[in-house]
Amino acid sequence: MKSHWIMAAALSAGLGSPALSQDKVKLVDVIELSGAGATAGTNFKNGVDLAVADINAKGGILGKQIEIVHYDTQTNPGNTRAAVQRAIDEGAYAVLGPVFSGPISASMQISQRAEIAQIVAGEAAGFTKQGNPYIFRTSLSQTAAMPKIAKYLKETVKAGSIAVVWVNNDFGKGGRDAILPELEKAGIKVAVDLATEQGQADFAADAIKVKNANVDAVFVYLNEEESARFLRAAKQQGITKPMIGETTLLGAKVIELAGDAANGVKGHVGLSIDAPIPAFQDFGKKYQTKYGFNSDHNGLKGYMAVHMVKWATEKQKKFDKKGLADTLRGATIKPSDEPGILMETTIEQNGDLDRESFLAEVIDGKQVITATLPKIKP
Amino acid sequence: MTAPASQESLPQRSRLALPASIDGILLTLVAGAAILWFAPVGMGRYGTYVLSLWLVMSIAVMGLNLTLGYAGLKSLAQAAFMGLGAYTTAILTAKFGVSWYAAFALSGVLTFAVGIVLGFPALRVKAHYLAFVTLAFSTLIWLVLRNEQWLTGGVFGISNINRPEFFGIKLFGALEFHRFVVVITFILAVALWWMIRSPWGRAFMALRENPIRAASLGVDTRTYTLLAFAIGSAYAGFAGALYAPLVEFIDPSPFSLSQSFFLLLMVVAGGSGYLLGPFIGALLGVVLPEWLRFAGSLYLIIFASIVMLLLIACPQGVSGLFERGWARLTGKNSGGKNSGGRKGTF
Amino acid sequence: MAEFTAYLIAGIATGAIYALAAIGFTLVWQTSQTINFAQGEFVMLPAVLVLLAIKLLGAPIWLGALVGIAAFILIFGVGFKLTVVDPMIKHGVLPLAIATMALSIIMKEGAKDGFSAEAQNFPSFVPTQTISVFGASISLQHLAIIACAFAVIGLLQWFVGGTKLGRQMQATAQNPTVARILGIPVERMVLLTFVINAALAVVASVLISPIYLAKFSNGEVIGLFAFIAAIVGGFNQVRGALVGGLIVGIVDSMAAAYISTQYRLAVPLILLVVIILLKPEGLMGRKEERRV
Repeated sequence: MKSHWIMAAALSAGLGSPALSQDKVKLVDVIELSGAGATAGTNFKNGVDLAVADINAKGGILGKQIEIVHYDTQTNPGNTRAAVQRAIDEGAYAVLGPVFSGPISASMQISQRAEIAQIVAGEAAGFTKQGNPYIFRTSLSQTAAMPKIAKYLKETVKAGSIAVVWVNNDFGKGGRDAILPELEKAGIKVAVDLATEQGQADFAADAIKVKNANVDAVFVYLNEEESARFLRAAKQQGITKPMIGETTLLGAKVIELAGDAANGVKGHVGLSIDAPIPAFQDFGKKYQTKYGFNSDHNGLKGYMAVHMVKWATEKQKKFDKKGLADTLRGATIKPSDEPGILMETTIEQNGDLDRESFLAEVIDGKQVITATLPKIKP
Repeated sequence: MTAPASQESLPQRSRLALPASIDGILLTLVAGAAILWFAPVGMGRYGTYVLSLWLVMSIAVMGLNLTLGYAGLKSLAQAAFMGLGAYTTAILTAKFGVSWYAAFALSGVLTFAVGIVLGFPALRVKAHYLAFVTLAFSTLIWLVLRNEQWLTGGVFGISNINRPEFFGIKLFGALEFHRFVVVITFILAVALWWMIRSPWGRAFMALRENPIRAASLGVDTRTYTLLAFAIGSAYAGFAGALYAPLVEFIDPSPFSLSQSFFLLLMVVAGGSGYLLGPFIGALLGVVLPEWLRFAGSLYLIIFASIVMLLLIACPQGVSGLFERGWARLTGKNSGGKNSGGRKGTF
Repeated sequence: MAEFTAYLIAGIATGAIYALAAIGFTLVWQTSQTINFAQGEFVMLPAVLVLLAIKLLGAPIWLGALVGIAAFILIFGVGFKLTVVDPMIKHGVLPLAIATMALSIIMKEGAKDGFSAEAQNFPSFVPTQTISVFGASISLQHLAIIACAFAVIGLLQWFVGGTKLGRQMQATAQNPTVARILGIPVERMVLLTFVINAALAVVASVLISPIYLAKFSNGEVIGLFAFIAAIVGGFNQVRGALVGGLIVGIVDSMAAAYISTQYRLAVPLILLVVIILLKPEGLMGRKEERRV
């Protein structure tokens, strides 16, 4: 294998890469740094870099320093596949990323064939249902999160009818497809089912539509900037109904961008630098100091992904690629064993995660955690 | 390098040409196919994959080169046609178990037919309105691919697309499939080479250089422009039919309007109106960004700067640059000054 | 009715922005056959440069705005014309159009790497309040956008039609050869259109960024709609681009309201095709003089 890629480097003049030195372990982060996923991808990348710096400063993994390489996917499945293939040809110990489910779906067979763990930041439900034992999440999937939202809407918000505003990409559509049956089960009527475009700038028409539907609550499932733009447009249209969201809507970036319009937003939060856990807040401060802006949940995912690799490697006490995936599968990682995991995390057989999550509210421009929800299978 | 495909050089072409049935381009194609057949040995899967991707994109760029470089029509829907081909192949093979070869042929037929349907009303009005109609078409196709989840998988795309067999040989491996792609690309390139040299091809070129004169010389302008566009679109369909099994997954993103623009960029940067231009253009568009990855986050800026500087230095693209160098070397004036697209209305 | 008014005002406000971008687009097309595929990025970048100037200089907003805008007009008005357009103009439309595509990648990636991959707030010069018109709540920001855009377009119309310089510019656009014979400094007039284009982009950017937020990828949508607006309007007249921009903005808003949000992008494009087939020179366009 190794001679293979050294020859490749010689032959293809640049399509290969320099040989790996013995005292380092190479991780490759295949991530959206341009195209539609650039914002999420940049956060993830920064989180990964932060984790690598932390780990290397403390002596690396089993005495080896981590060498990290980031390959841009341009949020394009074909390019992602090339990048993951390159990572494997270069002898990567594990692949981190990407975020969007299209690029994940296009590349996960590659890591499966090479029997190497791919730790992704996607939340869409589909890709852990295909029986690929080498794919791992870094956050709750939508199938885990959405029942919690529906329950919250029914019991706390007491909504009878609702507008669902979602972004028409794999993230938003996945979330919408996951919550509609839950809402139906809870007996909540979906009065407006509103698709919006990825990168949409003008939400005036959408806000007017929601306003006129006269619903009890609005469930907003958009990416960060779009969430902020929608909240502002909703405020301008004078929508006073509760805005309910999942993680992104209550994120630091949305609060910063939406300003006043974010106040009163409520919902469920999977990962948050504002969670009442000191490790999260420390991470948030470190990130802010290094990059000059607040991390969203993707930053946390990147940080955790590297620490998942560290924990499993130290557990198996060797650098075995296949063993890494085997060790991760079904494991429960406790912060007492590996502080970098930040909170107790159980990895299920299919790569899904189970962990605590939070209910939160935005008050005076700050995310305030109001309750901590237990793991699904405590 | 190749003789320029512009009118003023046509008389010289016959002087430069090798024996009637064989010329430098064909020899280059044969040699290129032979090299590419063996090139990936020991190159690793990544290098092989990038080479295959390059060839697949070359097919789409070749088609656009016929439309733009030879017939002078601006199509902004080449990626959408590629998407039509890719989805046709993916749906037929993955959902209905149709053989890849049948799906490949159907992809070509479908994109050809759509090209006719789309081109007919547009070209009836005026050649350059095709650009606007294809712009609209491109976005509409993308919307359908994204919204009609029952058929196309919507934003989640279609995964687990199988690779074809070749007389009982499974082409699952990167190298085997690469060789398959080399063969198909070679066949399609030779077909195009033949087409350009046929009376048809000459009619295309006459059209690009001077539609009014071509019409007065008895060229049926509308039929020929329509055919050029439809054949160019069918090449995109063929490229899509290879793209789907190559990546083994498709979603709407590689077939968006911006990708159609990107294909246009490849045609012009490679040298529009040169038969080998598409290969160079796709090399620039697909392989160069991969080479530039060592530059980290700046690699796209470097890529775009190279393209821009190239076009400022030589608007005929890399092929034009080679030709200029060749002309200087041999002391001949090959007269390729105006082959990068004629000045005038868009 | 209230509902319709609200959709209409929202549509006109976005339409006014598309019009500003489309007018610049047609201006540079008319005088120099430049199809600027980076037009959307031209609207995206000024806001980013302003924020960057504020951040780097630690300057107050007005100074940052001044520096950012001046830098933009210098680089993307004058510099763009001299370094990209001039060497390529004689080689036809297409290579230049492709070069502007490359330029749009550079601008987008440059804004992302040099500034931020995330959206940033951009200061608004009007309060974010709303007023009630016919029972619909209309935001002051939207009204300000409409007012400013129309004022700028009116000013431009007056300049083109009512001043000597403007008429010289118009003559250059209509027939450079004759203009040169008449002693009009054609080169300087062409340069002027590029400066005006950059200035219009600045106006659009400053107006829209408080709502859209400043982000490197904002140009993609604006560029596409400006292009559509220019075609709908006829591609060869300022008035056409204005009408085209407004129509596209309103149609987009109405499509989201009454047809389908999933297919809202399709509606202006179908309109585009219908217009091309029925009236190929565009709504306000004349038959083109410059034929092959």
